[in-house]
Amino acid sequence: MTIEVLKPGALSTFQDLGRFGYQHRGIPVSGVMDERSHRLACVLVGNAASQATLEVTLLGPTLKFEAPAVVAVCGADLGATLGGKALPLGAPLAVAAGDVLSFGKRASGLRAYIAVAGGFALQPVMGSTSTYVRGGFGGAQGRALQKGDRIALGDVPARTSSLDASGFVFPEEVQRPPGVPLRIVPGREWEAFDPRAHLAMTEQTFRVSPRSDRMGYRLECEPLRLLQSLELQSEAVSFGTIQVPPDGLPIVLMADRQTTGGYPRIANVATVDHPSLAQLMAGEQLRFEWISLDEAQQLAVAQGEIFRTMEAGHGVH
Amino acid sequence: MTSREALVGNESPWRTKPSGDSCLVVEIPLVARGAASRWSAAAAAALREARIPGVTDIVSAMTTVGIHYRPESIQCLATIRETPYEAAARQVMTVLQGFRTGDSVSTRLIEIPVCYGGEHGPDLESVAEACGLPSRALIDLHAGADVEVQMIGFAPGHPYIGTFDERLAPPRRAQPRTAVPIGSIGLANRQSVIYPFILPGGWNLIGRTPLMLFDLARDPVCLLEAGDRIRFVPISAGEFEAMGRK
Repeated sequence: MTIEVLKPGALSTFQDLGRFGYQHRGIPVSGVMDERSHRLACVLVGNAASQATLEVTLLGPTLKFEAPAVVAVCGADLGATLGGKALPLGAPLAVAAGDVLSFGKRASGLRAYIAVAGGFALQPVMGSTSTYVRGGFGGAQGRALQKGDRIALGDVPARTSSLDASGFVFPEEVQRPPGVPLRIVPGREWEAFDPRAHLAMTEQTFRVSPRSDRMGYRLECEPLRLLQSLELQSEAVSFGTIQVPPDGLPIVLMADRQTTGGYPRIANVATVDHPSLAQLMAGEQLRFEWISLDEAQQLAVAQGEIFRTMEAGHGVH
Repeated sequence: MTSREALVGNESPWRTKPSGDSCLVVEIPLVARGAASRWSAAAAAALREARIPGVTDIVSAMTTVGIHYRPESIQCLATIRETPYEAAARQVMTVLQGFRTGDSVSTRLIEIPVCYGGEHGPDLESVAEACGLPSRALIDLHAGADVEVQMIGFAPGHPYIGTFDERLAPPRRAQPRTAVPIGSIGLANRQSVIYPFILPGGWNLIGRTPLMLFDLARDPVCLLEAGDRIRFVPISAGEFEAMGRK
C-alpha cells in the first residue's frame, strides 16, 4: 500500500487544515492554501477534511501506485493524467496497481490537491500532518516530496464512490469566478494610511510578484503610503492579512505566515477569497474590492454551512 | 504584580478590535505600562484555559492578545442579533471579567547560559561602544537584568526578552545578516532575542547559548513561553563547547 514518487514536481507537500493551537509558541499554522479544493478532494474519496491531501504546485509530480486505490484531484488544472489518459478533476477515480498519475501542462490555477481514500500514513507533529518546510517538520520528513520517496497509504479500505464535484456547487457569492476582484475588509491600521492609499486599493491593478510563496504573496503596484511613519508593536497576524512594509509594496500573508508581524496592515482578504488568491501565480493580476466585516463573516458562515453539509452528507466527520 | 487592584471594581478596561474576519485583538489597558506584556501573557493563558468553542489560537504580544477564531464555529454561540465578531468578543470579555493578572502567569525562572563576545558575539565590542560602555559593563548589565519573555513570535520558539536597562538601547544593524547562527543572542532597543534556527536577522549579536530553544524531540518543543522570567548566565567559550550542541 504505497505510492512511489517518480518525479517530485515543483513543490509537492502534504497539508491538512493546519497546525492550530501552537501559534503562541511561534509555530506557523501552515495547512492547505486552498481549503475549498482540499475539502472537496477529501469528500470525494470518503476521507475526513482533517486528513492530509498532497498539495502540488504548477508542475505536478509523477506518482506510481503500487496497490489499487481511489483518488481525486481538485483545484488547479495542471494537466493531470492517469495511465496516460486525461484525468477528470473533481471526481473520484479507481486506480489499479501499477498505474501512474502524472501532470503535464497547466491550464488554469496554481495548486492542485490529491486525495487518496484512506489517507496517507503520516506522523502528526503537534497535532497536524501539514508540512512546514522552513521549520523542517510535518508531512513526510518535514520537506517537499523528493524523487524516490515512498509514501505509505492509510489502511482504511478504499471504497469506490459515484460522487463528483458537480454535486457541490458553491454559491457565486462564496466562490466567485476567476478575474473578479478579491474582497477585503479594513485592516488594523487602516486609518493610518493616506486616503489615496485607501482609494488605490480598489482603483489600481496589482500583480503577483515572483517573490511570492506559501508564506506570503508580494504584490507589485504603486506604493501605498501612510499619513505619517508609524512605530508598531508586533502582534498576531492571520491568513489574508495585507501588511505594508516601508517600501509601500503590500504583502498578503498566506498559509506558512509568521505568527506575529509589526508592519502596518491596510486590509485583510476575506476568508472566502483565500482560495482564489492561492490559485494565482506569479505575474498574474488581481484587483480588490472593499466589503464590510459583517459581509465577510456572513460569507464565511455560508461557506462553513456548505462544508458541513457536504461533509456530513457522506457520513464523514 | 503591582497592578492587580487596578482591575477590581472598575468597569472593564479591556477593549476588543477586529483584525480581519477571523481574528480579534484584545488591547491591554494602559495601566502599568511596563507590565503590558505580562498582562498579555496572563490574559492569554486565562483565555486558553477557557476553551471557547470556535477559537483556534490565542497569541499574546507586547500590548495585545490575538484571538483567532472560525466565524462559522463561533456563530453557534451568537445570539440572534450578534455577528460572529460580537459573539467572539463577548465570550472573550466574559473570561477577562473574572481575570486577575496574577492568576495564571508563568512564574518559572529560566537560566540561559551565554558565551558573550568573541566568535559567538561578533557585535559585542561595537555595541558596547555604541552604548558608551566597556564590554564588561554591558555583559554585567545584560546578565544581571531581571527580565522576562515578553512575547514569542517571528519564528518557532523565538522569544523577545526585556526590558533591559536604558543604557542597553543600541539600534538594530543597518545591514541585516542573511544567516544568524542558532542560539545567537541579539540585542537592540532594550530587548534581546534568541535565534532558534539559522535565520536572517538585523539584531546586534552579543553572545550565543548552547541551549536548544526549539527541539522537536522535546515536549513542549519550545524552551520558553511568554511570561517566563529569564536570567542570562555568562559562560566561557570552553564551557560553551562542553555543553555542546547536538
